[in-house]
Amino acid sequence: MAAETSSVSPAPRFSLIRQLRESPHAQGLALISPTLIYLLFTLVLPLLLVVVLSFMTRGPYGNIIYRVNLGNYTRLMDTLYLRILGYSLLTAALTTVGTILIGYPLAYYIARTPPRQRSVYLFLILVPFWTNFIIRIYAWIMILRTEGLLNSFLLKIGFIQAPLDILYTPTAVLIGMVYEFLPFMVLPLYTSLEKIEPAQLEAAADLGARPFMAFLRVTLPLSLPGMIAGSILVFIPAMGMFVVPDLMGGAKTILVGNLIRNQFLTARDWPFGAAASMLLLILTLIFTLFYTRRAGFGEELLV
Amino acid sequence: MKTFRIAAVFVVFAMLIAACGGGQKPAVKSTELNLYAWSEYIPQAMLDNFTAETGIKVNYDTYSSNEELQAKLQAGASGYDVIVPSDYMITILKKQNLLEKLDLSQIPNIKNIDERFRNLEYDPGNEYTVPYQWGTSCLVVDTSKVSRPITKWADLWDPEFAGKVVLLDDVREVLGMVLAVLGYDKNSTDPAQLEEAKAKLSELMANVKLFDSDNPKQALLAGEVWLGQTWNGEASIAHSENEAIQYIFPEEGCTIWFDNLAIPKGAPHIDAALTFINYVLDAKNSILITKEFPYSNPNKAALELLKTEDPALYEAYMSFPATNPSDEDLKRTAPIKDIGEATALWDRIWTEVKGGE
Repeated sequence: MAAETSSVSPAPRFSLIRQLRESPHAQGLALISPTLIYLLFTLVLPLLLVVVLSFMTRGPYGNIIYRVNLGNYTRLMDTLYLRILGYSLLTAALTTVGTILIGYPLAYYIARTPPRQRSVYLFLILVPFWTNFIIRIYAWIMILRTEGLLNSFLLKIGFIQAPLDILYTPTAVLIGMVYEFLPFMVLPLYTSLEKIEPAQLEAAADLGARPFMAFLRVTLPLSLPGMIAGSILVFIPAMGMFVVPDLMGGAKTILVGNLIRNQFLTARDWPFGAAASMLLLILTLIFTLFYTRRAGFGEELLV
Repeated sequence: MKTFRIAAVFVVFAMLIAACGGGQKPAVKSTELNLYAWSEYIPQAMLDNFTAETGIKVNYDTYSSNEELQAKLQAGASGYDVIVPSDYMITILKKQNLLEKLDLSQIPNIKNIDERFRNLEYDPGNEYTVPYQWGTSCLVVDTSKVSRPITKWADLWDPEFAGKVVLLDDVREVLGMVLAVLGYDKNSTDPAQLEEAKAKLSELMANVKLFDSDNPKQALLAGEVWLGQTWNGEASIAHSENEAIQYIFPEEGCTIWFDNLAIPKGAPHIDAALTFINYVLDAKNSILITKEFPYSNPNKAALELLKTEDPALYEAYMSFPATNPSDEDLKRTAPIKDIGEATALWDRIWTEVKGGE
């Protein structure tokens, strides 16, 4: 009897160590456990909290009343909030298009320069992002304002007669957003474009394609994964942006990011804010799934 | 595999418990103080002096609205020792039992505070708070751009000011102002009145260049806007840079507010907090506040001292209505009050107007 217990009881303790020693699966899990624990505390638990919160009710002093209901979600289906969502989608889409229009030629150019210059150019794209975001936005305010750099320059060369009213309009918001997200488009595009072998373009020329045709039929399709990766990296954060509309748009329009922020910080309606964030999260998830299903996650996303 | 998972869960829980249980109060004197206050509001020089004199290190965190402060405190133990809530927020925080009572015997410098600002409605007997600064949010006009005299909020609707108006990005200030223009109470919770105010505010949107609560003087000094609504401290700074910028108490009335030092429930360094509050109320320390952030100072002793120490600044402070409003001006002011459940309706109107409805 005694011999039996002693042979059994240490087993579980040893089995853990043995498992760790023998099973590659357990080793893998042990090695990534710091990351898993980190994600559990900083991603999973807060997200669960938001999910739970979105089914609660606001109390009279902005406290949370723990009574489960769907009221926040039905409230979101109101045309007012759907229109804000639509407007945010439009702004994010225009931002994405803007970054493609400006980013594509830039990435193309960088990919075609000699390798040593490339790293300098890529470095230059990243340099502004070492400065605080708010400071860069204020710099744009200085440039765009009525008596600002842009207007005084255009007036001086006689290009315009009266100053342009750009600051505190939707145009200013778009300029700020495109500026802010440009690197997220350029870098994946560059990765895609850089991989295209010159031989492929030579082959196209040999087969009689003019340079423009070769670009359309060879370069463009081959750079599509980069463009899709860039679009995801730009579109999703652009959907939730609220600083640029506040500072450069004069806080006159509400995007879904502003709506959520206001619920938490001014209306003190956390449950409704949580529901709105859930809606945003679900929409972006659908968008990402749709895109990655069609194009697959390329390594471009990993730059 | 399963044992491993269970073990992992245990480790996590053990860490969690360890993390939560560590907050035992030390009996020794605190050497640290966690201050949570408005941005651009507490002079760094004063904090440095405090650390030099008492050895207590100050960690200064900032917020930009009362609601942000409330959100942080409501979320549970914030670890802050001193906060600076405004009047109506004090009412709410008291109701939510989020404030610690003050031991006034440890704050003898409260005698420096002008009696007009002690024992106010939101905190009878200064049980929970002592005044830090006070001020108003009224009408500001760049008289170099606007030649005709402006006396009331209703002037903002004038078509000649299309795209020339700045308003605070604050629903309570803006919608409250519109309600006052319509002749209603600015803390109204009546849906019909609010609906009317919404329509009136929508008309004003064509004139509004921007909403800005953090730095409204910026657009004014740049000539981007000509007139609008701003905090008195912002107006004082703008006036000192451009004399043409004037501060007006409009006929319909505007907001008066009082910011106060308080200690949140469960503050880890209450002794240091009381030392700090008493330090801030000292006349020579309080002067630093007025020098850097020219709102109105409730500290009578500090203003007396300023008269001898910096006569020019004292003169500027006393002669400008934004910092030193007359009794006549003050009659036109009223505080913002908590509107409870109606907050949701106010927020909806704000969203609707900005959403372009």
